[in-house]
Amino acid sequence: MQNIIKIITIFVFIFILGIFYVSLNRSSNYDTENLVGNKLSEIKLKSFYKDKFYVNKDFENNKYTLINFWASWCAPCRIEHQYLMELSNQKNIKILGVNFKDKKTNALKFLEDLGNPYDYLAKDSQGKQSVSFGIYGIPESILIDNKLIILKKVIGPLNSQDLEEINKIIKNL
Amino acid sequence: MLSNIGNSLLFLNIFFGFLIIHYSINFLKNSNTTIPKKIYHLSLLQSTSILICFCTLVAAFLVSDFSLITVYQNSHTLKPIFYKISGTWGNHEGSLLLWAIILTIFSFLFLIYNKNHPKNFRLHTLIIQNLLILGFLFFILFNSNPFSVISPIPKEGLGLNPILQDPALAIHPPLLYVGFVGSSIYFSAAMASMITNYSESLFAKSIKSWVVISWTFQTLGILVGSIWAYYELGWGGFWFWDPVENASLLPWFAMTALLHSLIVLEKRNILYFWSIILCLLTFILSVTGTFLVRSGILNSVHTFANDPSRGIYILIFLSLMIIASIYFLFSRYKPTNNYLNSNSKETFVLINNWFMMFYLITVLLGTLYPIFTDALFNSKISVGPPFYNSVIIPVVTVFLILMAVGPQVKWIKNKFTNIKSYLLIILAALLINFLIFYFFKSYSITSNLIIISSLFLIISSIKDIFKKTNHFPRVISHLSFGFLIFFIGLNHNFSIEKDFNLKLGEKKQIDNFQFFLQDLELTKYPNYQAVKGKIKISNLITSEERTLKPEIRIYDNPQTLTYEASIRTNFLKDYYLTMSNIDRSEYYNIKFQEKPLMIWIWISVIFLSLGGFLSLFRYAKYN
Repeated sequence: MQNIIKIITIFVFIFILGIFYVSLNRSSNYDTENLVGNKLSEIKLKSFYKDKFYVNKDFENNKYTLINFWASWCAPCRIEHQYLMELSNQKNIKILGVNFKDKKTNALKFLEDLGNPYDYLAKDSQGKQSVSFGIYGIPESILIDNKLIILKKVIGPLNSQDLEEINKIIKNL
Repeated sequence: MLSNIGNSLLFLNIFFGFLIIHYSINFLKNSNTTIPKKIYHLSLLQSTSILICFCTLVAAFLVSDFSLITVYQNSHTLKPIFYKISGTWGNHEGSLLLWAIILTIFSFLFLIYNKNHPKNFRLHTLIIQNLLILGFLFFILFNSNPFSVISPIPKEGLGLNPILQDPALAIHPPLLYVGFVGSSIYFSAAMASMITNYSESLFAKSIKSWVVISWTFQTLGILVGSIWAYYELGWGGFWFWDPVENASLLPWFAMTALLHSLIVLEKRNILYFWSIILCLLTFILSVTGTFLVRSGILNSVHTFANDPSRGIYILIFLSLMIIASIYFLFSRYKPTNNYLNSNSKETFVLINNWFMMFYLITVLLGTLYPIFTDALFNSKISVGPPFYNSVIIPVVTVFLILMAVGPQVKWIKNKFTNIKSYLLIILAALLINFLIFYFFKSYSITSNLIIISSLFLIISSIKDIFKKTNHFPRVISHLSFGFLIFFIGLNHNFSIEKDFNLKLGEKKQIDNFQFFLQDLELTKYPNYQAVKGKIKISNLITSEERTLKPEIRIYDNPQTLTYEASIRTNFLKDYYLTMSNIDRSEYYNIKFQEKPLMIWIWISVIFLSLGGFLSLFRYAKYN
């Protein structure tokens, strides 16, 4: 009996210390950039204008789709908007805007003032659906292909460098 | 220059450490029963030099010597003097130096205050404690050196995290450190006791005061941390079952269990190995906590810059401690056949220990589980208050009742002669509980049970005060614990929370409260600017009026936005109000809470630790 207790004690300590060791070499920050290469699971986003949902098959015919999470109250979203406008002229890519925790009137005013780059506009008024995309702040953008595989993820506002990289990806094929 | 002084002193300390170990080992073989003056002197020198070393670092912070990386990263010329000083231990490197100080001073004090214990036991304790000291000194010197220099010398420092610029937080680390680093001395003593076969009840006497000291400071440290969380984090709560809070609570459970098992060891000379396990466990848990918060595995305000090599070092240190503990424990363990009468004080103390172990294991599992799932299954989960509340709270009820009954039970064999008085106490508790929910409002069954059992403990402890007893410190601590749970219970059930938006000049009425945002003013301070709101709260029923002034602060170095809660405390309740700006809107979001009896929760904990202080005087008197 005593020996069993001894072995169990030793085993428990080795297990705990082992886990500690493994954890040390892991990043404790939840890093959504790791999601690149993964397939987006089920998309289900409420349309901004109509009473319908955007789902996976809406995007399977596009070569590339950029999903952009934004809100009228978000200052960096204003900064990145010009790049989205630029990108909206590209033929290979469609842009899905997800309006995040926003008021409809403010959001419409925002698009009126700065232009509307979005081919699809969805809303996530409570910020719940965005969680499944690995979004924890806005702006964030996800580039996917027609198989819904994530090719690139940008946390924070898009800049000219991101734009270049996105252009490279969509022109390569 | 300060860097050279500091580094030399660190080397000097390492030298003293080796010297003490060397002389102690030599002297073990000597038949002389007194420890030579040389060792005392060395130990005194060691304590003095580490203190000077620490003062050097404080001086570097005071004169803003940015040639030291630690000062550059954690201070700023414009910071008030008080926070320049507290900044010394508000970072990883400086706080490790504080670790080393406490290890060293406790080593010295243990040496001089235990003169009537066997020489070999004391020398072994000294050797083991010095091994711990050396371990930490090497860690400081080669991995986390507070005296590392930076070149070229920056003109200005980066500043201290604003949420750490708080008086409560300035004293929180030193208090907590005396608590859990202090537990190192009975870790060493327990090892020494196993090595030298010093297993009598006298061993309990030698470490008892140290356990009480560390327990008292740990309690106060946890209290100050909670007060800080209440004032600073702006959520209105004071305990969040956050892994970092748990890390301070785990050694507290082990200490509390040890405190009780030592009573039995001292009186009856049983439970020796169990007490040893608790001694070892307390310090192991303390180091584990340090590992968890410093390695970056858990993220919190305690995680300073992340550096995996630190984690590796503490992990190796921890592993060595565990291996040594297990080795000695297994090789020295002798099964003892102690007959325990189920109705005796010994059994009741043991029951206390089982409860403490239950709490300890629950909190430990809750804290480690997310780390395990992340490492093994790559899934991020978090164990929150619902788990702890549902597992711990029902058990507290039984615990409180036994806590009231236990101390009355006699040693060896007890007869319950006072059942009648217990029945009366239960009746009184039921009556008071009934009056509370009759006059105010009703609450859940669990809350009822908690309040009844805490009242049971309170009333029986008050009854004890009137008995002529020399267990006054124990009565104070048990009574305060009863009050603590009682006030937490009432606070939890009677708190009111309102969340709404308000703009300047607007009045809003919610239930029986009226809120009026009278004024907003911008003020400049040396290290931040503040938008101060002036909000008048009128209670329409009691026509009581209070004005609260929450702040939105914009700190300069580093630039950060913080929301300062405005809290009005009186003996009956706290008004707690935070204000935050809403982007692109003239409205401010207001979170208001009425929290009854808050101050009594703090007072209860102060009295709980006061019991610890008082018992120290009692030991001093009887020894």
